Amino acid sequence: MRVGVIQFPGSCDERDAVRALSHLGAEPVLLWHGTADLDGAEAIVLPGGFTYGDYLRTGAIAQFAPVMGAVADFAERGGPVLGICNGFQVLCEARLLPGALTRNEGLRFIHRRQALRVETPGTWLDAPAGAVLDIPVKHGEGRYVHDDPDGLAAAGQVLVRYCHADGTVDDDANPNGSVAGIAGVTNAAGNVAGLMPHPEHAVEALLGSTDGAKILGAVLRAGVGA
Amino acid sequence: MGTPTPAPEPHTLAKELGLTPEEYRRIEETLGRVPSTAELGSYSVMWSEHASYKSSKVHLRNLPTEGERILVGPGENAGVVDVGDGHAVSFKIESHNHPSYVEPYQGAATGVGGIIRDILTMGARPIALLDPLRFGDPADPTTRRIVDGVVRGIGGYGNSIGVPTVGGELSFDASYAGNPLVNVLCVGSLPADRIQLAQAESPGDVAVLIGQRTGRDGIGGASVLASAEFREGAEAGWAGRGHVQVGDPFAGKLLIETCLELYERELLSGIQDMGAAGIICSAAEMAAAAGLGMRLDLDLVPVRETDMQAWEILCSESQERMLALVSPERLDEVLERCGRWGIDATPIGEVIEGDRLHFTYQGDVVVDAPAKSLADEGPVYERPVGVWAHPGAGEDADAAPPPGDLEAAVRLVLTDPDIVPPAWVWSQYDSIVGSATVQGPGGSAAVIRVTDDGRGVAVATDGNGRWCALDPETGAQLVVAEAARNVACTGAQPIAATNNLNFASPEVPAVMGAFAGTIRGMSAACESLGTPITGGNVSFYNQTGDRPIHPTPVIGVLGVVDDVAQARGIGFAEAGDEILLIGAPTRPGLGGSVYQRAVEGRLAGRPPAIDLPAERALQAFLVEHASALASAHDVAAGGIVTTLVESCLDGGLGAVVTPEPEVEAHQWLCSESPTRVVASVSPDHLDEVTAALEAAGVAHRPLGWVTAEPTLEVEGVLTLDLDEVASAQATSLAHALGDVDA
Repeated sequence: MRVGVIQFPGSCDERDAVRALSHLGAEPVLLWHGTADLDGAEAIVLPGGFTYGDYLRTGAIAQFAPVMGAVADFAERGGPVLGICNGFQVLCEARLLPGALTRNEGLRFIHRRQALRVETPGTWLDAPAGAVLDIPVKHGEGRYVHDDPDGLAAAGQVLVRYCHADGTVDDDANPNGSVAGIAGVTNAAGNVAGLMPHPEHAVEALLGSTDGAKILGAVLRAGVGA
Repeated sequence: MGTPTPAPEPHTLAKELGLTPEEYRRIEETLGRVPSTAELGSYSVMWSEHASYKSSKVHLRNLPTEGERILVGPGENAGVVDVGDGHAVSFKIESHNHPSYVEPYQGAATGVGGIIRDILTMGARPIALLDPLRFGDPADPTTRRIVDGVVRGIGGYGNSIGVPTVGGELSFDASYAGNPLVNVLCVGSLPADRIQLAQAESPGDVAVLIGQRTGRDGIGGASVLASAEFREGAEAGWAGRGHVQVGDPFAGKLLIETCLELYERELLSGIQDMGAAGIICSAAEMAAAAGLGMRLDLDLVPVRETDMQAWEILCSESQERMLALVSPERLDEVLERCGRWGIDATPIGEVIEGDRLHFTYQGDVVVDAPAKSLADEGPVYERPVGVWAHPGAGEDADAAPPPGDLEAAVRLVLTDPDIVPPAWVWSQYDSIVGSATVQGPGGSAAVIRVTDDGRGVAVATDGNGRWCALDPETGAQLVVAEAARNVACTGAQPIAATNNLNFASPEVPAVMGAFAGTIRGMSAACESLGTPITGGNVSFYNQTGDRPIHPTPVIGVLGVVDDVAQARGIGFAEAGDEILLIGAPTRPGLGGSVYQRAVEGRLAGRPPAIDLPAERALQAFLVEHASALASAHDVAAGGIVTTLVESCLDGGLGAVVTPEPEVEAHQWLCSESPTRVVASVSPDHLDEVTAALEAAGVAHRPLGWVTAEPTLEVEGVLTLDLDEVASAQATSLAHALGDVDA
């Protein structure tokens, strides 16, 4: 299964995404930001990083890259698109996902292992609602904001929330002040998803966790179904 | 055209630029005329302490630099070592001490950017950073401001460019109050046959400036910041522009990806980054290395400010720039590749026959000088070497009576700012990008996967100003041994080292005495432990007013490991495992220890002596019997009680141990005598390990066993509740540093 990983200037985790997808048996291919061509990809991943330095709002410039027009068309046709960290920010800026990401509550970059509670698995997660995943976060601007988080949840658009190891969601488990502890969301149709945690950094036990495979692995199946 | 216009009032200008009258005379003699302003500026930065090593060269020659794994030693931008199977790694440590005091965020950020470009210049992809940091008293608000800025700066640059920060140190001492030490080590990986050299190849090759535009930032940084005048100027409030460069991590990231593409396509005949001393340094070094000359038209240099003078263009330390040499038929492809990444690339001249640098600007020749005179023929000083004598060194550190309340004393040690794990610092760094960090911050050494089949490297940095202040020569030996031992604890074979020599003014004989002693100690230890020095950095003039910092050599040791999946951690693995002390028995060793500071409030005596052959035997054992030990953790700052607590907490387990009766209880717990490792072994492997230790002639002693309860019981002495210790540690540094969210 061919998965396109978009490389913007300033992307940092694109090689990690490629490595993780290969590890899970996909055929990843890097797609250049300046070319409006998805090269036959059946699913798209927007990786983490600091596109264009993120000197403006994170993702604010990357949304205008030529490739993003092709991504929007692909998403419109129901193609699966996953944004990780900076990729999530880009998808929110591009209005392919609801809400926005702002500076962490503590105003510091934060990197740590993070427990996530599965809310609505949809096609994106190989884990039931209520399951707890161990996937790292690392970001400076990951505070998710949305006017109606309850409505979003009711619509089944909340993918995962920050939680404790036992699944409890509260402020102490929340690394960045995201509203209602939301760590990842989907669009209304469910084919576009974004999350701040990094599943591509959690596919090898040697590096700490394999829970990321439950998200990235699902990308592959989501692609097949599209 | 013709000859450069003589500088007006050249003697006065020379003095302002930090050149001595004798240095000025040599410049006139070399050129056979009065130098131009641009030439004087060029000589002043190239002959600065920072760029020329003029005070340290005669001593650095004594360091061991050769080994069978060494592909590139000192003199290039960074050392390169062979890790096997056609793979190599490049690594080096650099300092950005003075800029980090002036402007902590940018000072630290550009320190990261600078060392990354050194590694990139060698042809390597930067894959890991380690930051040994030293600051003043954490209770001082100024220290808190500097720590915060430095940590944010390292994260701000490192996190944004996709290079993980995997380790380092955080240490505090009043001697660094007005002069923090911000050292940064970078590791890069490259195919062994793709090493790039900072050397011109053939006349006619085009000099291409790649990266950021040139501005007035950082002009004279190398000569001024790292100089005698720095203090007075900084304190008086500089009339001119700030000397600290400003980093742009996005431009740095583009430069990494662009250069790697140029290397892969074999498009370059030479490349040099622009760090201290700017264009003049890159041009002079590449030309001199090949015995060739270079012609540059400075009007072609893209600038970001108006009315820049020739000397400003030459000496600017604007960041994220490289000077590449490209044969004419490859020029178009180089320019096209750079354009694709959105990075400026501008031909500004060419390599020429002869040995001269010939630069023009606005219709005039501004520099016409032999490249070697700038790059290689700077002054070399045999500074007077006096005796470094710390006032407390004559006391007997181990004669003090035991503390009245031993448990309280141990708690002071465990919550000392140098001992507490700085998790709040690590949490601000991305340590995992690259998908190669097998062991990140918090272990003995960082373990990084280099190849897909699991070959990797282990890297540790260590320094200890307190030991070195009391006895620079012994201190240097201890520091090298500790870094190498940390690497060996993971099971990796230490093969090479890089050094950052942080000292006060070389013009003070006692400081040079400490420097010379340090080199002696470092040479002996590196020789004995098989870790030649492949490069590094000397940073002088680290002092607050007249008060010197402790002599602080910081060493980075790199080891190789065939299979990173087998790398050993520091944490106890299973309840019931036996705990052994291996290497050497515990000896009295409180001179310069954390105990001495935390409990006695002094710095006195001598650091513990080290037996290098015993150290070598211990490290060889740790490497050869990597798989037989469940954990290994060295005993260093804070003594064995610190080691035991860390092994327990890392493994989420407890321990019961029996102290060695030969030393007093407080010594047993807190002595920092070297060549000791606390290892755990499953009962199944115990006989095998014991027999191997006997056969290798490595001292060993059973200490106790690992338990499931979260307590550390030292029989007959004390019992620590480990949950309580962890929570006291978690709040202590946060408390000491004030505004931090621990």
